[in-house]
Amino acid sequence: MTDPALTDFIRQLVEPLKHCKALGIQVIAAEKYKLTLALPYKDALIGNSDTGVIHGGVLTTLLDTACGFASVAALDEFELAPTLDLRIDYMRPATPHKTVIAEALAFSVTTSVIFSRALAFHEDERDKPIAGCTASFMRLKPKGQVDFDKFGAASYE
Amino acid sequence: MNDCLKDAIAKKDRETILAKVPYAQTIDMHYTGNAEHDYVLKQKESNIGNPTLPALHGGCIGGFMENTALVEVIVNLEPQAMPKIINFSLDYLKPGRFQDTFARCNIIRKGKKVVNVAITAWQDDINTPIAKARAHILL
Repeated sequence: MTDPALTDFIRQLVEPLKHCKALGIQVIAAEKYKLTLALPYKDALIGNSDTGVIHGGVLTTLLDTACGFASVAALDEFELAPTLDLRIDYMRPATPHKTVIAEALAFSVTTSVIFSRALAFHEDERDKPIAGCTASFMRLKPKGQVDFDKFGAASYE
Repeated sequence: MNDCLKDAIAKKDRETILAKVPYAQTIDMHYTGNAEHDYVLKQKESNIGNPTLPALHGGCIGGFMENTALVEVIVNLEPQAMPKIINFSLDYLKPGRFQDTFARCNIIRKGKKVVNVAITAWQDDINTPIAKARAHILL
């Protein structure tokens, strides 16, 4: 079940991000542990001018964002968790002029790391995924409060 | 592939190849032509993914590295059709600060169908990379 308040909260975090805005990433729905994003087609995303297929890097950004903010949606209190690593599998090219949907699930939240996965597909072809992603995110302040001035300053520091 | 692109590949003209990729223009990536830097992702406001630091969006750094790998495979192996990335695994080592970012790609192994490549991205010093990636590319 979509949580409207959580959806609004995640939308306010994601959509103003400059790179998300540049690509046109939209927040569709959020609930605890889950997030759905949409990326409408546009020329600036094209990777192959002959075919009009969007670039794999666009899907990397979409899936990284989906997994990252599904991880935010998994937490009781707001924390930002930078990406530790991610892996993308490209199953087939996206169809030109069609919106790509990304559904992410944060499937495990531990004291230090959040594990998540996501799939990208077209709405009318859910059974034929375009790309899949597995990613892990570092919690910067697992036990204490979030220091907003320092967030993201590197999970290694 | 169209003739214009084939011509650019034959001349190993990486900047012309990039000019034909709208996404490469969107993120503002270029080939530097100097041996020290290879590819550059220019400092650009619209690549920011963390406004507080500020830092580049991790996905943008990934897209930059993927495209570096694709262009290097195209100019070095000259495949008949556009190669496809099968998968891509990326480790983030440091936050990508809001400044120019560089990338270099090494072709580790070329099989009959699949190429394994390693990509490094850095900002100030190649010895302290901000991200390392591995890609399998289908010829």
